[in-house]
Amino acid sequence: MRLRVENLTYSYGDKDAINGVSLEVNQGEFVGLIGPNGSGKSTVLKNIYRGLQPDSGTITMDGDNLLRMPYRESALKMAVVGQENDVPFDFMAEEIVAMGRSPHKKLFDADNAQDKKIVHHSLEHVGMEKMAKRNYLRLSGGEKQRVIIARAVAQESDFYILDEPTNHLDISYQMQIFDFMKRLENVTVLSAIHDLNMAALYCDRIYVLQEGKVVLSGTPDEVLTEENIYQVYGVKSSVVKHPITGRRAITFLPAGI
Amino acid sequence: MDRGKKHFNRTEPNMPLIIAILGILAVVTMLLAMGLGPVSVTPWNTAKILLKQIPGIGNGIQATWEQLDQNIVLGLRLPRVCLGMVVGASLAVCGVTMQALVRNNLADPFILGVSSGAAAFATLGMLFGAFSFLGTYSLSISAFIGSAITIIFVYMISRVRGRINITQLLLSGVAISMIMDGVTSIIKLSAPNALGLHNAEFWMSGSLAGAKWAYLKLPFGVLILCLVFLMAHYRGLNLLLLGDESAGALGVNVRRLQKELVLVASLMAGVTIAVSGTIGFIGLMVPHFTRLLVGGDHKKVLPISALLGGILVVWVDVAARMLIAPEELPVGILTAVIGGPIFIWMLKKNNREK
Repeated sequence: MRLRVENLTYSYGDKDAINGVSLEVNQGEFVGLIGPNGSGKSTVLKNIYRGLQPDSGTITMDGDNLLRMPYRESALKMAVVGQENDVPFDFMAEEIVAMGRSPHKKLFDADNAQDKKIVHHSLEHVGMEKMAKRNYLRLSGGEKQRVIIARAVAQESDFYILDEPTNHLDISYQMQIFDFMKRLENVTVLSAIHDLNMAALYCDRIYVLQEGKVVLSGTPDEVLTEENIYQVYGVKSSVVKHPITGRRAITFLPAGI
Repeated sequence: MDRGKKHFNRTEPNMPLIIAILGILAVVTMLLAMGLGPVSVTPWNTAKILLKQIPGIGNGIQATWEQLDQNIVLGLRLPRVCLGMVVGASLAVCGVTMQALVRNNLADPFILGVSSGAAAFATLGMLFGAFSFLGTYSLSISAFIGSAITIIFVYMISRVRGRINITQLLLSGVAISMIMDGVTSIIKLSAPNALGLHNAEFWMSGSLAGAKWAYLKLPFGVLILCLVFLMAHYRGLNLLLLGDESAGALGVNVRRLQKELVLVASLMAGVTIAVSGTIGFIGLMVPHFTRLLVGGDHKKVLPISALLGGILVVWVDVAARMLIAPEELPVGILTAVIGGPIFIWMLKKNNREK
């Protein structure tokens, strides 16, 4: 077991965003978090990757208490691809990727040849090596996303947290990111996913959040059923096993059918 | 042209070369600036006067200048030029720090009301002796307390749901500025002694005219200390620009670093304002032009800003004492006249890019 979250509770002000969430991620798994907007997917992930500090609950990573760990140490254990990817000043793509090396660095350490090599390889991985010197702010949404993924790769962790990285991206980029994650060997992924068909295609297991609580969990086949989807999203659908992928394929049905 | 591009470009600036050029420029600036003023001394003579003071080398130099020149250079201009360097560097670095803290290039100690806060507390100390129990450095410490309180206030007001809202930031800066200026006026009007009032007025308009060696130690020490701290944490500063959450995920203890930056920025703003009064817009202009020169990486931005800031303030100060000689303009007024339009231009540019 890599990650274990128990009874996690967090509130923005006096409104509970998540309440008593527990989940587990095992070595090598691709685990999805799904749920309607505002169900707390992102809040759960932010608490795990230490963007927010939980009100209560425990989070352990490889058996160690994540909440007591120095930030640098937790950053070595997991790499994050988040939603907010804007930078206020001019940075080159490769400088953004090099920031992924930070947790490996002590005060005053400069980037050495090894770091430069890793940065270059990471950019190659996502097919952005030709854009290394480009101004990050001038890149397109999909290109920015790839640079951020290269940054996570440069962090050299084997645990990835993806906070709806595919939001607002064209379908080709969405697939590209998940395919890329699948291609990396021996990595464990915990990802918030908006699109149920994507979740069905890529996840080994799924947790369903509703109003800040985990209401369902299991394999995509167990979780993604017509009844469950209606329960959670209030939408009628037809779920079939797709002949080519062998995975669940969900078609939403408009009112009146 | 091609060779110029090779060394001066934002993607791969030749840092040793740029620092060397700016270093030489700073020395030349100091030599020229010491000679310029109502009484001028040639740079050559200035250099010789200075060299003569160094034991060992000095003995071989013939005194070809008048005693008056030497008094002016050593007694008045040298401390003034050194103070200009330190104040300019501190204000520029303070601007860089505040900009990393609020993730926006429009932050500046003057615009966000920090200078006004420092001035209000310093006036309180100066006229009523409110902080006299703090001893020799009471003025600096009171200005530091004033700037720290203002930064914390502005920062808290402009944080909307965990993010700095830039409109809120600038407006709260303006509001705090006005409040603090009001407080300063009240303090001045109820001042018990006329002499203190005169000193306060003169000091507040932002001037390096009263420079003495004794004023230099503290701001210089603080500048070096803060620069070393910031250079040690340059990665943290870069990561903060990605946002609190991403910075945390990349190994930065965000809350601690933010507190440290508030402390560093108020220290630098406080001790500089205590010796020079309010000199606005340096922290805005210098980091901006530095980024145009070397890009956004703080490892490069910090030292270059410090050098450019020092050079700029020394030259503006020269202009301040030359423009309406033999009268002197306060430097703060000149920087406002130059910096204001640049601020408006940056504001416009900022909106276009959104």
